Amino acid sequence: MNAQAPASRDPRLNRPEPLTPPLGDGGFFQRDRSIHPPAHAPGYKSSVLRSPRLALLSLEGSISEITGPVFGHNDLGPLDNDLIRNYAKDGDPIGERIVVHGRVVDETGRGVPNTLVEFWQANAGGRYRHKKDTYLAPIDPNFGGCGRALTDDTGYYYFRTVKPGPYPWRNYVNSWRPAHIHFSVFGSGFAQRLITQMYFEGDPLIPICPILTTIPDKDALDRLVAPLDLNASTPFDSLAYRFDIVLRGQRSTYFENRTAGN
Amino acid sequence: MTQPLNYLKETASQTAGPYVHIGLIPAMAGFDIFEKNFSNVLVTPNTEGERITLEGKVLDGTGTPLRDVLLEIWQANASGRYNHPADRSAGALSEEFRGWGRAGSNFESGLVTFETIKPGAITDRAGRTCAPHVNVWIVARGINIGLNTRLYFSDEEAANAADPVLNLIEQPSRRSTLIAKRTERAGKVVYSFTINLQGPEETVFFDV
Ligand SMILES: [Fe+2]
Repeated sequence: MNAQAPASRDPRLNRPEPLTPPLGDGGFFQRDRSIHPPAHAPGYKSSVLRSPRLALLSLEGSISEITGPVFGHNDLGPLDNDLIRNYAKDGDPIGERIVVHGRVVDETGRGVPNTLVEFWQANAGGRYRHKKDTYLAPIDPNFGGCGRALTDDTGYYYFRTVKPGPYPWRNYVNSWRPAHIHFSVFGSGFAQRLITQMYFEGDPLIPICPILTTIPDKDALDRLVAPLDLNASTPFDSLAYRFDIVLRGQRSTYFENRTAGN
Repeated sequence: MTQPLNYLKETASQTAGPYVHIGLIPAMAGFDIFEKNFSNVLVTPNTEGERITLEGKVLDGTGTPLRDVLLEIWQANASGRYNHPADRSAGALSEEFRGWGRAGSNFESGLVTFETIKPGAITDRAGRTCAPHVNVWIVARGINIGLNTRLYFSDEEAANAADPVLNLIEQPSRRSTLIAKRTERAGKVVYSFTINLQGPEETVFFDV
């Protein structure tokens, strides 16, 4: 696999200069909640009793949220980003072999380096290796379904896996999740912490998914759908999908301000 | 027309789902895969500070504990310093304390526990003293975007009364939703908390 970050499909991600000076550690940009699903989204029934009803209290970025845990290569093992090999017992897992790759950047387009990205998914038949999953599709003895990677200096990450299958779940009587991979991303500050899901281009279940359609903004929803990236595929081996992740940007402190009263 | 302002948009959040353990705590999903795992134990034998257990539940709108919830905590060390380059305060840093951990709730009881140390008071960037606290992030099936809250300590009454964040909470009665209660059990210090997602005792959640 090529560890070089390839050109992004979004030209803004290739911008050589960040918008703000690189050492800014002011608070994070205010979160634009209009592009996130609301806590209470009745079409996704589980959200009804699990959604706060009072207004969130806005905190101007304090040191407690500008900071966050730092991870390194010591936290990972050599097979952690290879889901085809990291649980293989007596052969490769069943399914379409794919590479998922992309960059973690912030809202200014700057790469987020050395940040931990974790991912988990169902197997090719739509079954999770989880003691609480009882779907009738079989467990794959050679597939665990999870991995993790640390982004490089430019924010680039990649991993190899098999394409997950769709699966049924209890929401309406006939609700099916589109094929998806769950992602957990840290960033440099605890305020950037994000969990999301990546979907696959062309999946007919996308527009009718009660979870995906909790997102009120069509463009924000489209940005969770990874396009096929034929240029990054390996001939006679695996297809590739590209998934860039954008975390909140960070303000710079251009001038030292005197504290009030001084 | 003006010049375009080419900020990107943050990637939208999606629920962690019921099987979050597979990716983040695979042992709880029922299998062993990684050489190194993250856990709810933040301390090593050499970490400085008072050993404490944080123990609590997250309750839904009917008062029922969530049994598939995952919490992460992020905190300063005993000197009040975060193990992160943006914290340039004076307290000593410790190699033996990253300050971060994660825990899934027990599948039967919903109980969540962390083994950590009590953090020191923090000096914020405006030079104000903040009461010792632990930052909490909550994800689960049915939670569409991670929830941020904090835990303060019941035996820090004076520091809590002066804390700039607690004082942002308009109703004094709601401040108590963030206070973990200190008890001792078999010689160990335990701080207990309850996070209410809804209802008259709804916990204060932050837009950080
Ligand atoms: Fe899923």
